[in-house]
Amino acid sequence: MNQTNIIPEFVSRQSFIELDARRRAQSLFDEGTWKELVGPFDRMESPWLPLQGIAPQFDDGCIVIKGKIGGMPAVAIALEGAFQGGSIGEVSGAKMTAALDLATKDSEAGKRTAAILLLETGGVRLQEANLGLAAVAEVISSVLALRPHAPVITLIAGTVGCFGGMSLAAGVSSYVVMTREARLGLNGPEVIEQESGIDEFDSSDRALIWAIHGGEQRVGMELADALVEDDAEKIRATIRGYVQADLRPEYRSQQVELYRDRIAALDASEQIDPMSLRQRWNNKTTGGLR
Amino acid sequence: MSEHIGLRGRAWFQALTGNNRPASGDPGTILATEAQIGEEIALFLCVVPNPSSRFPCVRDGQVGLEEAFTLAHHLRRVIAEDREKPKAKKRPVIAIVDVKSQAYGRREETAGIFFAAAASSDAYASARMAGHPVISLVAGQAFSGGFLTHGYQANRILSFNDPGIVIHAMHKEAAARITRRSVAELEELGHEIAPMSYDVRDYAKLGLLYKLLHVEDPNHPTTADIDAVRHELIDAIQDVRSGETDLSNRLQSDAAKQTRKAGIAVRAALEAQWQNA
Repeated sequence: MNQTNIIPEFVSRQSFIELDARRRAQSLFDEGTWKELVGPFDRMESPWLPLQGIAPQFDDGCIVIKGKIGGMPAVAIALEGAFQGGSIGEVSGAKMTAALDLATKDSEAGKRTAAILLLETGGVRLQEANLGLAAVAEVISSVLALRPHAPVITLIAGTVGCFGGMSLAAGVSSYVVMTREARLGLNGPEVIEQESGIDEFDSSDRALIWAIHGGEQRVGMELADALVEDDAEKIRATIRGYVQADLRPEYRSQQVELYRDRIAALDASEQIDPMSLRQRWNNKTTGGLR
Repeated sequence: MSEHIGLRGRAWFQALTGNNRPASGDPGTILATEAQIGEEIALFLCVVPNPSSRFPCVRDGQVGLEEAFTLAHHLRRVIAEDREKPKAKKRPVIAIVDVKSQAYGRREETAGIFFAAAASSDAYASARMAGHPVISLVAGQAFSGGFLTHGYQANRILSFNDPGIVIHAMHKEAAARITRRSVAELEELGHEIAPMSYDVRDYAKLGLLYKLLHVEDPNHPTTADIDAVRHELIDAIQDVRSGETDLSNRLQSDAAKQTRKAGIAVRAALEAQWQNA
C-alpha cells in the first residue's frame, strides 16, 4: 500500500506557501485573465537601498496583478517576504496605494474591482524609515477609500506573517484570510522581548507565539474571518467567495463600542490566556462578524 | 530617550483647550474635549502618560488598547453627530501628538493591538473622508505605531521646529541595532538620506508636513505662542475645507515632488498600464 492511497488529498494538493509572491498572486486569478503591472521589466526600484549598499530589486518586492476572479475584476498586491523581509518602502508602498486607488476609481465608476493584499511583511523598511511609515498611513487610507465600494481581502499565508504597520492594513480590511502557518500582530515576539524584557515575552517560546499570533487563534477570536489549509485550490476558492460577496454596511474595525467594551472587561492585572480570550470573544450573539 | 514624553502634549492640550483632565469614563491616558477654535468648536485629542495605567506597557506614554479604542470612540461619536451637517459645519478634529510608540506588551498582542490601532486609524480616516478637517499638531514625539494610531491619518500635519521633535518609524537605539549601525552612524546617515533622519527639518523635506511652526519653548507655551499656534490651526482647517479629503496633498508639495519622485513615478506608471490590463 503506498502513501498516495492513504493520504491522496495531502499528496496531490499544491502548497500555496511554497509559491513565491508572484505565483501566489497569479494563482488567485481566472486562467488567462491576468496581467502584471509595473513588473520587473519596468525596473522601478528603491532609490534608497543602493545609497546604503543594499542591492535593490526591480519589483521592490511588491507584485501587482490585475485580472478577473470568478469573472469579476480584481487586483492582487503581493509582498515578497524573501526580499528585505517583505518590508514596505517608498516604491512598494506607492505600488500598493496606486493599485488600491485605481480600484477605487473603477469601482466608483461602476466597475467594482476587489483588492487582495497578500501580506508577508515585518512592516516598515527601516532603510527608508519615514517614507515607509508614511506609505503605511497611505495604504491604510486607500484601503478605507475602497472598502465601501468593493471587498478588500487580506490573505496571510505564511511563513513570514504580517507584522508592524501593515498589520493595521489587515485590521481595516473587509476580510482577513489566514492559514495555520500564518501569524498576525503589531509587534513580533523579538521586538517585545527587546523593548519590554524577556519576562514580558520570551521570544524562544514557540508555543506561546503561535497561541497569540497564529492563524487559528486570530480566526478563533474573530479578528480574522477564515482559516484555510495550505492548499492553492482551497485558498483560491475562499478568495473567490469573498471577491463575489455582497458589500456590508459595517466592517469589523468600525465596531468600536463592541471592542471597547471587550477591552474594558479584560483583567489586566496578569497576562491574558489566549485560549480563554478566544472563547470569550467568539460569541456570535454579541455582533462579532462571522 | 527623553524623560519628558507626553509633557508637551499635555501642556499644549491645556493651552489650547483650557482643560487637562481625562473625560469621565475615559482611561487616564486620553485627553479628549471639545473647545473653541476660531469661530467654531473642535474635538481635541491627546494621548498622555499615566504611571498608574492598568496596562503596564503604556505607562510611559505609549499607545495601547484602551487608548486606541477611546480615540476611536470619540471620533465615531463626532462623525455620527455631524453626519447630516454640510461639510463646512462638520467639527474639526485636532490631534495633539506626543507619543513614544505603540505598546510593546504581551497583553496587547494577545488582545489584538494591531486591530485596536486599525480601529483608531479607521476612525481618524473616516472623519477625514466624511469632511471633518483633521489636523495633527506634533508637539513632541511621533513614533511608529503610536503615530499611525494617533495622528497620521490627518489632512494636514503641523509640527514645531524644535530639536525635541522626533517623527520616526523606530527609535534610534533599535533602528541602529537592526540596521547594524552605531547610533552615531545612524545620525550621520540621516543628514544624507532624508527619510532616515531624526531631525524634523529633514522630515520636512519629505513633503508630508503642512507647516513647521516656531515657538519659544514647546514645554511652556506662552500666550503669544498659543495665539500663533491657534492661528495656524485655523489656517490649516480652512485649507482643508477648500481641498480634497484624501491624502493626495502629501504628494503635491515641492518637497514631495523632489524627495518622493520615485513613488510619484510608480503611481504614474501604474495608472498608465492599468487601463490596458
